[in-house]
Amino acid sequence: MPGIKLTVNGKTVEKTVEGRTLLVQLLREELGLTGTHVGCDTSQCGACLVHVNGESVKSCTMLAAAAEGAEITTIEGVSSRDGTLNVVQAAFQEHHGLQCGFCTPGMVMSITDLLRVNASPSETEVREWLEGNICRCTGYHNIVKAALSAAETLRGAQPVAAE
Amino acid sequence: MAKDFGIGASSKRREDKRFLTGTGRYTDDMNKPGQAYVHFLRSDMASGRINGIDIAAAEAAPGVIKVFTSKDFEAVGGVPCGWQVTDKHGEPMKEPKHPVLAEGFVRHVGDPIAAVVAETRAQARDAAELIEVDLEELPAVVDLRAAVSGGTAVHPEAPDNLCYDWDFPAESKDAVDEAIRNAHHVTVLELVNNRLVANPMEPRAAIGEYDAADDQHTLWTTSQNPHVIRLLMGAFVLGIPEHKLRVVAPDVGGGFGSKIYHYAEEAFVTLAAKVVGRPVKWTSDRGEAFMSDAHGRDHVCKVELAMDAEGHFLALRSTTLANMGAYLSTFAPCIPTWLHGTLLAGNYKTPLIFTNVRAVFTNTVPVDAYRGAGRPEATYLIERTVDKAAREMGIDPAELRRRNFITQFPYQTPVAVEYDSGDYNATLDKVLEASDRAGFEARKAESASRGKLRGYGLAHYIEACGIAPSSLVGALGARAGLYEAATVRVNPTGSISVFTGSHSHGQGHETTFAQVVADMLGVPEDSIDIVHGDTNRVPFGMGTYGSRSLAVGGSAIVKSVDKIVAKAKKIAAHLLEAAESDITFENGQFSVQGTDKSLAWGEVCLAAYVPHKYPIETLEPGLEETSFYDPANFTYPSGAYACEVEVDPETGKVEVLSFTAADDFGNVVNPMIVEGQVHGGLAQGLGQALMEGCVYDENGQLITASFMDYAMPLAKDLPSFTVDNSACTPCTHNPLGVKGCGEAGAIGSPPALVNAVLDALSDYGIAHIDMPLTPSKVWAAIDAARPAAAAE
Repeated sequence: MPGIKLTVNGKTVEKTVEGRTLLVQLLREELGLTGTHVGCDTSQCGACLVHVNGESVKSCTMLAAAAEGAEITTIEGVSSRDGTLNVVQAAFQEHHGLQCGFCTPGMVMSITDLLRVNASPSETEVREWLEGNICRCTGYHNIVKAALSAAETLRGAQPVAAE
Repeated sequence: MAKDFGIGASSKRREDKRFLTGTGRYTDDMNKPGQAYVHFLRSDMASGRINGIDIAAAEAAPGVIKVFTSKDFEAVGGVPCGWQVTDKHGEPMKEPKHPVLAEGFVRHVGDPIAAVVAETRAQARDAAELIEVDLEELPAVVDLRAAVSGGTAVHPEAPDNLCYDWDFPAESKDAVDEAIRNAHHVTVLELVNNRLVANPMEPRAAIGEYDAADDQHTLWTTSQNPHVIRLLMGAFVLGIPEHKLRVVAPDVGGGFGSKIYHYAEEAFVTLAAKVVGRPVKWTSDRGEAFMSDAHGRDHVCKVELAMDAEGHFLALRSTTLANMGAYLSTFAPCIPTWLHGTLLAGNYKTPLIFTNVRAVFTNTVPVDAYRGAGRPEATYLIERTVDKAAREMGIDPAELRRRNFITQFPYQTPVAVEYDSGDYNATLDKVLEASDRAGFEARKAESASRGKLRGYGLAHYIEACGIAPSSLVGALGARAGLYEAATVRVNPTGSISVFTGSHSHGQGHETTFAQVVADMLGVPEDSIDIVHGDTNRVPFGMGTYGSRSLAVGGSAIVKSVDKIVAKAKKIAAHLLEAAESDITFENGQFSVQGTDKSLAWGEVCLAAYVPHKYPIETLEPGLEETSFYDPANFTYPSGAYACEVEVDPETGKVEVLSFTAADDFGNVVNPMIVEGQVHGGLAQGLGQALMEGCVYDENGQLITASFMDYAMPLAKDLPSFTVDNSACTPCTHNPLGVKGCGEAGAIGSPPALVNAVLDALSDYGIAHIDMPLTPSKVWAAIDAARPAAAAE
């Protein structure tokens, strides 16, 4: 069984894993980071989306062993130490961008990555970007609103007021 | 002005923080000390005889603790059905046994045959591959019409595959037949309500635990109604009395109906934990979910609507084949009957209605309630037929609806139910205005200039929520009561714990219910905690489904708060040395009328628990009340929906340009949450109409068994929605005047979209296309109609 060393949410992690262990299994079952979820077996739903070296990766599509040396950020690693929500998380709460919460960590990580590569996305660009994340509760309406609002906040403008 | 707290405020959800920071507690997030894992070996055939099972190799595999087959379940019952329908001959429905693990036969792809409990998930899965099943394939029954045409039977006790043959109302049959025979015009429509899979994003999971010292069982499960699971599994399957069985449904990642039912896997882990002496955990993967979660819809219908020369509806007749799947799921028999036949008046004063429903066994996954449950099927057949009638009669669809709307309330329908309130013209007016119906022709011309076909579709809906009262549903076949329970515990320093039998799995009850209590007591929302989902903490409950939580569960909370206030007033009167009748309670203050004497909420609460100066002879200390609320009637939300689409005639692709909803939910506690519920319902309804469809091949193989094959709406498939719930006629019989909002979007949107597409295609003379309206189906319909259109 391969031994691996990687950084997860700023902490160095060394583990021995079975070769077939997926990154999401390492995160959930070995490290107890259960905010990253598994919603499908086929890489469609995006509930397991984390950042690997700063970019979106579905952690069910990557072997843990392939993350050797990587820097991983999960949903548990994005709010500040005192528990204050970051801009994207706060926008999701403000605009009711979540209901059951299961797809939410993946959505937050995905939108965070979108706003890294595109600071001023249009509604269409947000909707296109989310093609790898499925939400069954919200109809996406308020997720899109939250994403656009977070983009404005991050650009330093006044956030759009909630309706 | 928008309120900033209590009823009517868009309070931000308190549950969000844990979900946004990854600290929610879903069942699969939990691990118990010493936990083992189970993997189910499931049938890959739709129908087969089990001639033998060899488990020797699996038992010897690494990490395996025990391999289970049906032999290990001989002493336990089958998975029960919670509703008995009586057929038109007065006979009870056919109710074949649904074993926890298959006994001798498999009856659908996914039917569990054996189960391996092992040290790790991977070991359980690996060992399951070593089980040798001698499975002899038998002919499968898949198609609904074929199933009732003679031949192969799914169960020997139902040789014609009929679970029941149901007439409703039986006494109306002759009058309806005659009205249809003599009518000026009869619109006829045959349609299919496509089979769907609920697909909450969290797959089902369950952990069984057993404490031998106390003989205590615990089941952690992804359920919408833990007390119902405790009742069904404890009493009917495993024979465990309530005081020895705790069922916990922690954070649950969506349900949409599919997590109402008691499933075999729950009974398995509960029993297996005792047998192996270790906690046993099961987590469904998505493929497994497709072949084991109850599916929804799947009706084949024929509708006839009789009209006079002015388009007044005279009679409606429908015949429906409803798929039950291979076994009866918990509420399955009631969906096409009491949640469907009773809604066939829709929003219209059709005087004569008759329906015949035949429920059919097939070699497919059991079918049960999915968001709307019977009501979407009723709404779809009515609203599609009304739209077709409008075209045939040359009457504007909105005008035809207005001509037939029920306008006087209460209204006794000819299909048993009595609507308490509504204003269907008001929602229609709102939707026509908000969707800019007046500007449609110009937009249509603009689309045409780009070679696109633009269409506008309307649909109305009525639904019946908060199924009740218990005496009525009992008479209709329910094997349970349909009340709700709530305990309100006021703590000594005035904070409040509310224990509700409703269950939140996305609905935001922790926020909404706190708003209700805060409003009634005049105390801050954050001094109130809402507890749900644990049979050891919540006294009793019937759970969340049928948009019942606020109307029924909320009403139980209101009853308890009323009792709390009544008792607190007595305490205040004693402390203030005044007559109880002189005490008023407002904004958290108890005052003596006409004086400046008053006490704060917290002072009275403390006195209840520190009864030094207290009317102890006449009043017990403490401040805690439990109520059971059994509603007098269903609630009847209604609304009008408008959909505008553009169809590309070259590809058949339908684009939803706008969707406008005008709903009447009665009073609204949290507008933000209500709008969110509508958005989600619309997405699922538009998914049904545009792309979703569960497909079996002729051998009963499940073709759509992953998110790669079963299309659900993505963000790019949907527009932003326009929703309005200002047309409010409060429910007349519950204390909050609320009606329920969870299912409306999924009920009203499919006919609105299909009506819009057929409006876009009106030049082609296409009368109907069955859902889902995929590009290939729409293109094929256009292609088939082209010669006719060209010849005109």
